[in-house]
Amino acid sequence: MIDTLFIPLLKIVIVLNATLVAVTYMVLLERKVIAWAQSRLGPMRVGPYGVLQPIADALKLMIKEDITPVRADKWVFTIAPIISMVPALIVYAVIPFGPEITLFGRKVSLFITDINVGLLYIVSVASVGVYGIILAGWASNSKYPLLASLRASAQLISYEVAVTLTLVSVILMAGTLSMVGIVNAQYNQHVWYAFAQPLAFVMVLIGGLAETNRAPFDLPEAEQELTGGFHTEYSGMRFALFFLAEYANMIVVSSVVTTLFFGGWLPPFPNVSWLHFFYYVPSWMWFFIKSFVFLYIFIWIRATLPRYRYDQLMRLGWKVLIPLAIANLVVTGVVKVLLNG
Amino acid sequence: METAIHHGAMFDTNELVLNMGPQHPSTHGVLRVVLRLDGEKVVDADVVIGYLHRGIEKLSENRNWTQIILLTDRMDYVAAATNNVGYCETVEKLMSLEVPRRARYVRTILCELQRIASHCLWIGTHAMDIGAMTVFLYAFRERELILDLFEEFCGARLTYNSMRIGGLPLDIPPGWDKKVLEFCTIMDSKIGEYEELLTHNRIWLERTKGIGVISGPDAVALGLSGPPLRGSGVAKDVRKDEPYAAYDEMEFDVPIGTAGDTYDRYLVRLEEFRQSLRIIRQATEGLPEGPIVGKVPRLIKPPAGETYHAIESPKGELGYFIVSDGKSTNPYRFRVRPPSFCNLQGLRTLVRGHLVADVVALIGSLDVVLGEVDR
Repeated sequence: MIDTLFIPLLKIVIVLNATLVAVTYMVLLERKVIAWAQSRLGPMRVGPYGVLQPIADALKLMIKEDITPVRADKWVFTIAPIISMVPALIVYAVIPFGPEITLFGRKVSLFITDINVGLLYIVSVASVGVYGIILAGWASNSKYPLLASLRASAQLISYEVAVTLTLVSVILMAGTLSMVGIVNAQYNQHVWYAFAQPLAFVMVLIGGLAETNRAPFDLPEAEQELTGGFHTEYSGMRFALFFLAEYANMIVVSSVVTTLFFGGWLPPFPNVSWLHFFYYVPSWMWFFIKSFVFLYIFIWIRATLPRYRYDQLMRLGWKVLIPLAIANLVVTGVVKVLLNG
Repeated sequence: METAIHHGAMFDTNELVLNMGPQHPSTHGVLRVVLRLDGEKVVDADVVIGYLHRGIEKLSENRNWTQIILLTDRMDYVAAATNNVGYCETVEKLMSLEVPRRARYVRTILCELQRIASHCLWIGTHAMDIGAMTVFLYAFRERELILDLFEEFCGARLTYNSMRIGGLPLDIPPGWDKKVLEFCTIMDSKIGEYEELLTHNRIWLERTKGIGVISGPDAVALGLSGPPLRGSGVAKDVRKDEPYAAYDEMEFDVPIGTAGDTYDRYLVRLEEFRQSLRIIRQATEGLPEGPIVGKVPRLIKPPAGETYHAIESPKGELGYFIVSDGKSTNPYRFRVRPPSFCNLQGLRTLVRGHLVADVVALIGSLDVVLGEVDR
């Protein structure tokens, strides 16, 4: 009873809350890091160094007036932010924060579940999120959101093909779709896949940026072109859901990259015996450190790069990334066959 | 207005009319552009202006000659000192006043500082429109230094009222020239920072190269001036062609582009940063001693007649046409040839066939200030 119901439920509650807190603090981190890059201070007023800013933000968004435009499709307009937010959260179900550990004399695994199609689950669930954006733009019955949602759907389709094709080469190497299995495979094969599959790593990172609508691919919400993009007509908590979903997706992408290419919870050089002191740092800590590095890189990129144009983005997706992904897949397959044969 | 453009297609496709502005983050104030789109492609664009019209020209006909100076501040409000200089020189020309050399030198320094400040604002907002937001803050950091210099000189940071007919209101504060030279040293290194973020950035190149190409003759025909004209390879600069202030004694180059696209206009303005610094250094180091105001009558009342005088404002050729009837203490007719207004006429030609994202890049690359367009 405890093992089948209580502990998973507890884990879900912890992960959900931790994610929401992480997402709000991600917003603060982004504002701070960008501010530092731009020789500013960032939020400084709420709490020391602005650490309580996320709470103030959340409070502000909650008590703001929730406006539904008169000509909007009310049902779809309401559902869209939920469709956007829910997939971003349920993806965390299969992300392994650590291996099985012993806690209070009981074996506890540091992931909610480990299904044997974990990676497929992530790819498919994450792609549902874009319906939120499309429907939001459509339901707003306004031109700027409509253009933004068209951009979003085109962007997501083209990048998902590239990313998924790239992921197949990782699956080929690991021989499993399970997220835990992929980490274990990296332990057994004595290599983080970022070094065995550098091209795949870079492409997943780029595709991840594009799929989460982050700069330099933040076309669907390009403020300077489409005012607010798909969430132009949204306000209050519904707007906040889109906002949170974007950051939740960012964390998902960095977690996935960490798991697939940087050994997840494994410390650096897990098989080298004289470096075993790395094991004194808890496994989940390694996971968070690695994910944090990627989150930081995402923010750094946003502070540095201009935005791609719609047609250039499409060209990059279809003419560069997809052929490279296919080539990478073929080479991986051939090498694997040759090594095994 | 929506008409089917693909006849016989399976789906009914219409042009989409998209209203951009007057409240839009990238129309630099209150510009309104009505776009007709085919997908995201711009078929045609209507530029609607007039949201910031305050009647400065008509107002000036009811103010005396000195009071008009502060009205000129409100035209191109990011380059108020250049407006002041242009107006004062026009009146001086009308009255055949001799301006002391020191005043002309200080005017040159102020004009060029103003050019850098204006270009800082331009590079910041232009880069921001294309999505590079850090450049904006960097450029404003340097603009701040210029505003500090202006504040020390005349007490104001935006609308300076910093000129008088016949010279300057005040001499420069002690030590100010040293601060100007210090600023030049700082600015020299900061231009590199902007370049690092943009000039060789692949995304920046893709977003600006080949966008809004306009040939030299076309640019002349459209009445473009300033960097948009020089970006198309026409070496026309009022500072060189008809020197005013102390530009005849300065040594500087007029950068020109070759392709006439957004990237060339960007490069031209970047080089103008450097040339402006060069002029400021020469003018500050060679600043002559002497009076700051010429022999100006107590009551300014130009003789009957009309005159046109143009200067090179950061945006282009800024001209004043003034008619005096010789009897009253205010102009009979006051007319401004604002560079932003004339440059904005090119927008419609430039944006045709480009994408929505390019529209904001092109508005940025023309560098218009709506206060000047509408007056």
